[in-house]
Amino acid sequence: MNLVLAALWTAVGVGGLSAVAGLLTPGRFRPAAVGVSVTVSGAAALVAGVAAMTGQSAAVVLPDLLPLSGVLFTVDALGGVFLAITGGVAVAVGIYGIGYCRQHGLDGRGVQAVLPLFVTAMVLVPVAGSVGTLLLCWELMALTSLLLVIAEHQGRPAVAQAGRWYAVMTHLGMVAILIGLLVFAANAVDGSFPALREAAGGLSPTVAGLIFVATGIGFGSKAGIVPLHAWLPRAHPEAPSNVSALMSAAMVNLGVYGIIRVGFDLLGGAADGAATWWWLLVLTLGAASAIYGILQAAIGTNLKRLLGYSTTENMGLVLVGVGAAGMFATSGDLPLAGLAMAAALLHLVNHAAFKTLLFQSAGSALAATGRRDLDDLGGLRAGMPGTTAAFGLGALAASALPPGAAFVSEWLLLQALIHGLPTAGTSAAIVMPLAVAAVALTAGLAVATFVKAFGIGFLARPRSPEAARAAESPASMLTGMGLAAAACVGLALLPTLVLPTIGAVAGATVGATDPLQIDGMTIRLVGVAGSLSPLMLTITLVIGLAATLAGVRAQATRRAARAARLWDCGAGPLSARMEYTATSFAEPLQRVFDDVLRAEQDVDVTHHEESSYLVQTIEYRRRVPDRIERRLYEPVLTAMAAWGRAGRRLAPGSVHRYLGYGFYALCGLLILLVVTR
Amino acid sequence: MTGLGVAGVVLQLLIVVALSPLLTGMMRQLRARMEGRAGAGVGQPWRDLRKLMRKRPIAPHGTTEVFRTAPLVLVATCLVVAAVAPFVTAASPLDPVADLFAVVALLTLGTVALALAGIDTGTAFGGMGASREATIIALVEPTLLVAIFALSVPVGSTNLGAIVTSTLHDPAQVFSPVSLLAAVALIVVIIAETGRLPVDNPSTHLELTMVHEAMILEYSGPDLAMVELASSMRLTVFLGLLANLFVPWGIATTGQPLLVAAAVLAFVAKVALLGALLAVGEVFLAKLRLFRVPELLAGSFVLGLLAVGASFFLA
Repeated sequence: MNLVLAALWTAVGVGGLSAVAGLLTPGRFRPAAVGVSVTVSGAAALVAGVAAMTGQSAAVVLPDLLPLSGVLFTVDALGGVFLAITGGVAVAVGIYGIGYCRQHGLDGRGVQAVLPLFVTAMVLVPVAGSVGTLLLCWELMALTSLLLVIAEHQGRPAVAQAGRWYAVMTHLGMVAILIGLLVFAANAVDGSFPALREAAGGLSPTVAGLIFVATGIGFGSKAGIVPLHAWLPRAHPEAPSNVSALMSAAMVNLGVYGIIRVGFDLLGGAADGAATWWWLLVLTLGAASAIYGILQAAIGTNLKRLLGYSTTENMGLVLVGVGAAGMFATSGDLPLAGLAMAAALLHLVNHAAFKTLLFQSAGSALAATGRRDLDDLGGLRAGMPGTTAAFGLGALAASALPPGAAFVSEWLLLQALIHGLPTAGTSAAIVMPLAVAAVALTAGLAVATFVKAFGIGFLARPRSPEAARAAESPASMLTGMGLAAAACVGLALLPTLVLPTIGAVAGATVGATDPLQIDGMTIRLVGVAGSLSPLMLTITLVIGLAATLAGVRAQATRRAARAARLWDCGAGPLSARMEYTATSFAEPLQRVFDDVLRAEQDVDVTHHEESSYLVQTIEYRRRVPDRIERRLYEPVLTAMAAWGRAGRRLAPGSVHRYLGYGFYALCGLLILLVVTR
Repeated sequence: MTGLGVAGVVLQLLIVVALSPLLTGMMRQLRARMEGRAGAGVGQPWRDLRKLMRKRPIAPHGTTEVFRTAPLVLVATCLVVAAVAPFVTAASPLDPVADLFAVVALLTLGTVALALAGIDTGTAFGGMGASREATIIALVEPTLLVAIFALSVPVGSTNLGAIVTSTLHDPAQVFSPVSLLAAVALIVVIIAETGRLPVDNPSTHLELTMVHEAMILEYSGPDLAMVELASSMRLTVFLGLLANLFVPWGIATTGQPLLVAAAVLAFVAKVALLGALLAVGEVFLAKLRLFRVPELLAGSFVLGLLAVGASFFLA
């Protein structure tokens, strides 16, 4: 038994045991027992993933576990990346969950038993080696996550609504994947992945395209890609924060995994030349998701909803990389395909790290204040220095500025897109500049979004009494945040440690050699000109800071600073109501993008009874509806409701009529059988 | 690591730090003369800085580390860019940092630090400035990156040194439509990034029009000195980048002292000329309404996209 297999079994075994522990341990120890074992299970999955990425592989066949098809697990390098990400997220979230579940009354048997099952299901999805196994694990993941999303349904009605959206959309996605993979398996000897790979060469382009689109719909909806994202900004904010972190940092990645697995690996044999439009579609939808997601995040005021939309944005960026990799691979430019894929995979890793951190610290602020609206937060620096620092670090990483983590992956992505222009054909010449523009607009809006989220949410003065009273979270939550923060810092300063492995996996996925070369602390692109040293950049910046500080110390007066009032125009102390809020902060952006967003606002002015010149009250409401949801989902929902109402006329409650229906249906069926025979 | 590279870094730092307040002073003096005023003299910004440095620092109530460290970050990012950009020589020893994306992102980092400091004060002015600045950054960034894209396509690299060297070897590049369109797009963006007319008025203290000044309203003493120095340095750095990306001639390619001295003079002359042009232009312009600024930036974005299109169809 090699290391991969041993670690994987440990992860699954500990996961299963901790589900049992969640059921059996007494309430007082339950969160601790489950939290620690989730962390252990995650660490084992991390080890297994890293071992798989470095070249070890393993296969397990359990023919008796599932009737007919059996269960088949295979660990390879591509699956290893996702295994490692899931494991890493679980390590941080497990410890964080101990304090969070205690504080939030989530230490009941149900939640504590389902949480480790969810992690285990996510560990198993990327190692599934056959259609049946993949679908089984996928469904297990969907069901356990659904149970966790609705954990707090008794407290808030919005949770139940989010749960319904999630349940319906995740299962429609499941149906799409099922159709795609069954069509695929019907053309192969059996449902195992090697058999599918073999059969891919014999598929007609139409069937291959159908399989790609059907699975793409299912996997894309899990990844929160526009226009299938509607569940994401509902489910992520309403789930408990540790679950949000797991879903946003680990589960959505598996949608990307599915697209890469089917498009590059399983359908790899069918993809020669004819498949440009697949990847063009992926790239376009990715770019649209990135812009739409970050635009909604930029004007949003609910902290966790904002982070949910930011997940849509980041998955969009990843799919831009995946789509570009596919386009380059089909046009034969393998080094660039490898580069784009490496950028996408590195961005997945970075996103997992900073989104874990952001959801954890947002959850910590939420737990301390009970407020999730940015307009009610603020001033948390005084009461919660650790959480504030954690969110600040995560915001830096998420806004793609140096020395943050996402800067490196977005740099790689832009390099791949830029160098794609001279070589590729006409479609690439039109798409690549627009993709660069989309990535650039996303980067700009992400800066504005996270300045708002961090500045308004955590700095300045408290905007509600709850925010003013906020106290720091318990040590276990801070430890969880610390682990995620360490991962963010490590990825930002030393991406050179992970990039060789990720580059090799990316190269192998698209069938190229290693697209990156690590030269000391510098990342050098292979095949095209380009180099960047994140560590050197940070060191230069630190030297710059030290030099500035020394210069100021030498020149400035040595007198101690005097505390003074803020400038209030001489009108007495400023109150918190005079501060800028998240709504007012985003107002200029909302105006600029009004054509896309179509905010609805109305002002009600009540005049004084005596005179219409005197105003008694003014009420202002603003709502920014999700336009895609309104245009695409609401007509469907309305039509379905109308169908339901029309159908009700058929069921007036008369038993005779129901018996009649049965009789006529049976006769009809018999006639049909006679006719078709 | 060549001797030329090290000398270049030291020289560039010295030039940018010492001469950027003079650039601001020169521009103000030019404007004053053209508007029929006497003006305070070219050295006034340096005298202001010296005065501010001697003042006792003031810590406004309720502000955090973010407010206190923002000026440091702002100056430091400008220093890093001044050290790595190809102003005097393209042979920077910090070559892996001298990427156009990295430089742009570093300058944005400085702006972000200042915007957070504005919010951190908790005053309406600070939040207002930060909100407006964030909006402008969000719109400037795409234009900037698309313009970079256009410039890097003929060269095949986004490294600043590579772009400059390539233009030196092939002077015809400068007069191609790609370069010209990208140059116009970059000029608009630089005006927005450095807070000049018609996007922001650097000499106003009127709440309806302030962007940069609103964010820094609570700074005083040495902190204000750093912010003022940094905004002059930003202007110098952006003008220097514009000058050397499109007209790199004069830059030192070998380490001969005479050539290096000539490179220093050429750089100073180019930046001074651009600064003077900007100042003259500002005399004839009024500030745009804040909500007209996106139209300006969208226009420059289209120019950037046209430049990219041209770079493909003319390649």
